[in-house]
Amino acid sequence: MSAGINGHAIAAIYKFEMNRTFRTIWQSIAAPVLTTTLYLIVFGAGLGGRISPFHGVPYGAFIVPGLIMLSVLTQSVANASFGIYFPKFSGTIYEILSAPVGALEIVIAYVGAAASKSLILASVSLATAFLLVPLRVDHPILMLMFLTLTAFSFSLFGFIIGIWADGFEKLQIIPLLVVTPLTFLGGTFFPISVLPAAWKAVALFNPVVYLISGFRWSFFSQGDVNIGVSLAATLGFLSVCLLIVWRIFQTGWRLKN
Amino acid sequence: MASPIISVKGLNKTYRTGFTALKDVNLDIERGEIFALLGPNGAGKTTLISIICGIVNPSEGTITADGFDVVRQPRHARSRIGLVPQELTTDAFETVWNTTSFSRGLFGKSPNPAHIEKTLKSLSLWDKKDSQLRTLSGGMKRRVMIAKALSHEPEILFLDEPTAGVDVELRRDMWDVVRGLRESGVTIILTTHYIEEAEQMADRVGVISKGQLILVEEKTELMHKLGKKELSLQMAEPLAALPAGLEAYALDLSSDGATLTYTYDTQQERTGITALMTALQKAGVRFRDLQTKQSSLEEIFVSLVHQGDRR
Repeated sequence: MSAGINGHAIAAIYKFEMNRTFRTIWQSIAAPVLTTTLYLIVFGAGLGGRISPFHGVPYGAFIVPGLIMLSVLTQSVANASFGIYFPKFSGTIYEILSAPVGALEIVIAYVGAAASKSLILASVSLATAFLLVPLRVDHPILMLMFLTLTAFSFSLFGFIIGIWADGFEKLQIIPLLVVTPLTFLGGTFFPISVLPAAWKAVALFNPVVYLISGFRWSFFSQGDVNIGVSLAATLGFLSVCLLIVWRIFQTGWRLKN
Repeated sequence: MASPIISVKGLNKTYRTGFTALKDVNLDIERGEIFALLGPNGAGKTTLISIICGIVNPSEGTITADGFDVVRQPRHARSRIGLVPQELTTDAFETVWNTTSFSRGLFGKSPNPAHIEKTLKSLSLWDKKDSQLRTLSGGMKRRVMIAKALSHEPEILFLDEPTAGVDVELRRDMWDVVRGLRESGVTIILTTHYIEEAEQMADRVGVISKGQLILVEEKTELMHKLGKKELSLQMAEPLAALPAGLEAYALDLSSDGATLTYTYDTQQERTGITALMTALQKAGVRFRDLQTKQSSLEEIFVSLVHQGDRR
């Protein structure tokens, strides 16, 4: 091993995490894809015909970016938090802590694996959406960029939750009580422009609004907030998560005595 | 003389709770030796190992492994160390082969199926290579932990209670494995509750009690220095009491009067055996048999820890 990056360790952890995913493929991939598909069928293909198009975009297509974001946000947080929490719970974290592995390699491997799973989910969900609703993607490269950035940012956020959690309940609190409500209220099923002025102002404090808006802009060239602001907000969230993770490894918080 | 492979200087560890686990520990481990760290529960053995391996942060002091500071140069230091922890912590759903290969990669080594195969065979795990860990017995899991630690070819191996809960036959197999490793040049540090284990395998012994290293000594030297010897005399006829004229000797008469035991120190210039024999003859005491017995390491250990408690 060179004194630089421990590439073999990154590969080992990444492979281990992906193996875990494929070992539990029904729970890891099939179930979230099925949930997204059900939303598309009920709200898109079913109820969507009775709802007026937003700025010329049929409702069925309008909700696709939000639904994919909902899946990516919740699954990124869940996968990354479980990935690092479980070794802490089972005690196998001793091996990671005693190995010649730095914070960077650990984060790249765990967050990379969690983000990969989310990207697989998003790809399958997107392919399903193309089959069910009339969909277009105006800016495919930007769409991929947003998707990747969001998957990594929220996997990083999940990683922090996994380190912070000292029980399975805490592991679930943030995804269920914070991420999911913010995503539902962040414009998944409606543009925030339809809200009364006061609620619209409140909604702008919801960081997920910027993610969904930016992602939706890459599909239909329209969003609730400016694409530049969306991008800046996503990068800002990523930076804050990186800073917290760096500090965690510097101090050994919740990892070492 | 070659520099020690592990050097611990002025090591202190106080947890946030205020509990002091280690107090000014200084220890050098020589290359290629088997060093046994003995101590009662909670003495600080696992804390010491955990700090050297990077799992616990030291409060004070310096530690080097093969010349590399474990805090300032952790990558270099850790890549030389293998650890078999006390707890059987395994990924239940992984196979033996995968978990062992994972450990090799984690320590920065490129895949080497031939080495993994050799390691698994040496630990009698080859026929279990495709089994999930949850299906293995406790003893087998312990072997897997050793295989994981050996997968990256460490120069230093820490075995924290390696044979706890392992049956006698498996324990002896593991001793053979450890001896084989030492022969291949690996330095081994083991903690154990089984004094027999230390007595069988160690070159040197360290005794830790209440966070302090109270003694480090060559095992044979330790047994020689601190070992008391006992001379037991089987009486031709039971004695009702110790005959007059023998009060000056450290004699102990068994309750049935059949055995007279004399305890002496082999390090003293005179053991007093000749004088005792003369005194017994004068007192008219006749015996039909005699035997001597050396103190075991266990007896020495218990005596040392009790001395430490009194301090």
